[in-house]
Amino acid sequence: MKSPTPDSDDPKPAAIRPRVRIHSAPLVAEAALLTGNGRQAETGLLGSAGDAVDSARIVGREAIFDVRDLSVSYGSSDAIVGVTLEIQRNLITAIIGPSGCGKTTFLRSLNRMNDSVPGFKIDGQILYHGHDIYASGVDRVEVRRRIGMVFQKPNPFPKSIYDNVAWAPRNLKMKAGLDERVERALRGAALWDEVKDRLHQNALGLSGGQQQRLCIARAIAIEPDVLLLDEPASALDPIATASIEELMQTLKNRYTIVIVTHNMQQAARVADRTAFFSLDTSGGRQAGVLVEYGDTEVMFTRPQDARTSDYVTGRFG
Amino acid sequence: MSEPPGAPRETTDTTGLAAQPAAQERDAFGQLSTGLSDLSGPLTPTGHLRRRQLVSRLVEGSQTAAALLAVGVLAIVVYSVASRAASVLSVGFLTKDPPAFIGEAGGGIAPAIVGTAVIVAVATAIAMPMGILVALYLTEFAGLRVRSAVRLALDLLNGVPTIVVGLFVFGLLVVGHHQSGFAGSFALAIIMLPLIARATQEVLLLVPPSLREAADALGVSRWRTVLGVVLPTARGGILTATVLAVARAAGETAPLILTTSFFANAVSANPFGGKALPNIPTYIFIASESADPYGFARAWGAAFVLLTFILLASLGARALSQRHAMLPG
Repeated sequence: MKSPTPDSDDPKPAAIRPRVRIHSAPLVAEAALLTGNGRQAETGLLGSAGDAVDSARIVGREAIFDVRDLSVSYGSSDAIVGVTLEIQRNLITAIIGPSGCGKTTFLRSLNRMNDSVPGFKIDGQILYHGHDIYASGVDRVEVRRRIGMVFQKPNPFPKSIYDNVAWAPRNLKMKAGLDERVERALRGAALWDEVKDRLHQNALGLSGGQQQRLCIARAIAIEPDVLLLDEPASALDPIATASIEELMQTLKNRYTIVIVTHNMQQAARVADRTAFFSLDTSGGRQAGVLVEYGDTEVMFTRPQDARTSDYVTGRFG
Repeated sequence: MSEPPGAPRETTDTTGLAAQPAAQERDAFGQLSTGLSDLSGPLTPTGHLRRRQLVSRLVEGSQTAAALLAVGVLAIVVYSVASRAASVLSVGFLTKDPPAFIGEAGGGIAPAIVGTAVIVAVATAIAMPMGILVALYLTEFAGLRVRSAVRLALDLLNGVPTIVVGLFVFGLLVVGHHQSGFAGSFALAIIMLPLIARATQEVLLLVPPSLREAADALGVSRWRTVLGVVLPTARGGILTATVLAVARAAGETAPLILTTSFFANAVSANPFGGKALPNIPTYIFIASESADPYGFARAWGAAFVLLTFILLASLGARALSQRHAMLPG
């Protein structure tokens, strides 16, 4: 397995290559354990990187995303205006708010999935580990390599279960130990036991909840840094939803998760921090704004803003 | 708006017929009633509804008749070709050369079959990759304006009469050189290209955008997405499009008369030989022009072989497209 270049000693790390050492260190360690032939990587990287991970956990509030005064518009209509917030490592951050307030736009801006939308325009900055992901020279393919995404509707490829998970690693030159990687991803998505005997059957034969977990497995198979979840449970029944929510709690140990949800109870159940977006109609404009952002418990019990308390108590939206 | 149930009614007649005159009166809410005066009457058609059903049946009947007529035309064509071809059809007809002299009975059309197979295969080898690339460019990479311009160009190319395509290739490859199987292939490729490109484009558009999005979100570059997700998903449709284009090209006659018609009646599989390759459509044309009753019979036989091939290809394409039908999740 090709280990990522540790660039901690590099005085000027290349753009969008910050702290690769930290977030990919566990990856190397695990591959070494699994394949048993990564000893060099283990001794070479684990010592320092492991410490870094630990210190990151202790601090626990290191910002992965630093969004500064972000405004997004499509053509002449504003989607979100003036959003400033930080998203922290290894936490689940929920984005809630009424329909049309720009939640999804915000989420998709974080890994440049909006780039292909006609008329998409962005102002402000999104710093990912301190690097502007919209800076010139940044490759959006590389951005998405680090920042994975799971969509509202399960969208497995019309391939076998195995190939769904293995496709991206194959294309990203992570072919060594592919079987182990697929198993690990499927276990990580709590799907392994259900599909281990039919890995080579078509993924479209799975139930909706299984398909969505497969999509999560597919996303974590390439060991991203961040997982963006766009209403991942909205097309699922309550039991499948519960399993996805449970899954998120285990995933957050390794990934930073940002989830957009319509479902306030879901945000209250799973999220450490919650951002409330709303539609600002003052001054004749219609644009999504960030109303309030804080610890989930505070947001749902003692919100500062009247709009937040109206929303979380179900008075509108 | 229909009357709310339970609105006060002026009549209590339950047959529904006696209530008709009251139909245009306004109901308790001042609205014109719908003509359905008694909602508790029997559920059999009356008045308007009966007339509408009659018209509906008439229209349905004429549509069925038109459909049957289309099927009938096909059946008549197949039958007349088959009955006239019956006298010459045998295994030998497929494997033997035609007789050396006019007026001789027997013989077969093996050179024409081999030649058509070679010409169409070479044409497909040219048109299929190009058509798929054009379609991929249109759906995956081109901007809106370029897309519509190229699409228009393809549609125009599709509309160019095949004799014109033949003339073009004649001027390009035959004048000053020789007729050749390749010249014929080239002409057929020009005819197949827009067919394959447009049909493939339609299939690619059916590939759900969510799959491309999913692939994009995995940090995989675009062309790998195209290769690994888009093309395999559309594979069945692309094959179908190609087979249909092959079926169409196999029967093209005009361009082949210009590019590969002065052939010796001997089996040859070399499209670059500097000589015309025999082929079925031209053979049919030539044999049916000559004053030779056995030639006529062989022309019918060749027509039957061509027809059978095209029908089988179309059926095969259909089976392909059904087997690879993209089932939504």
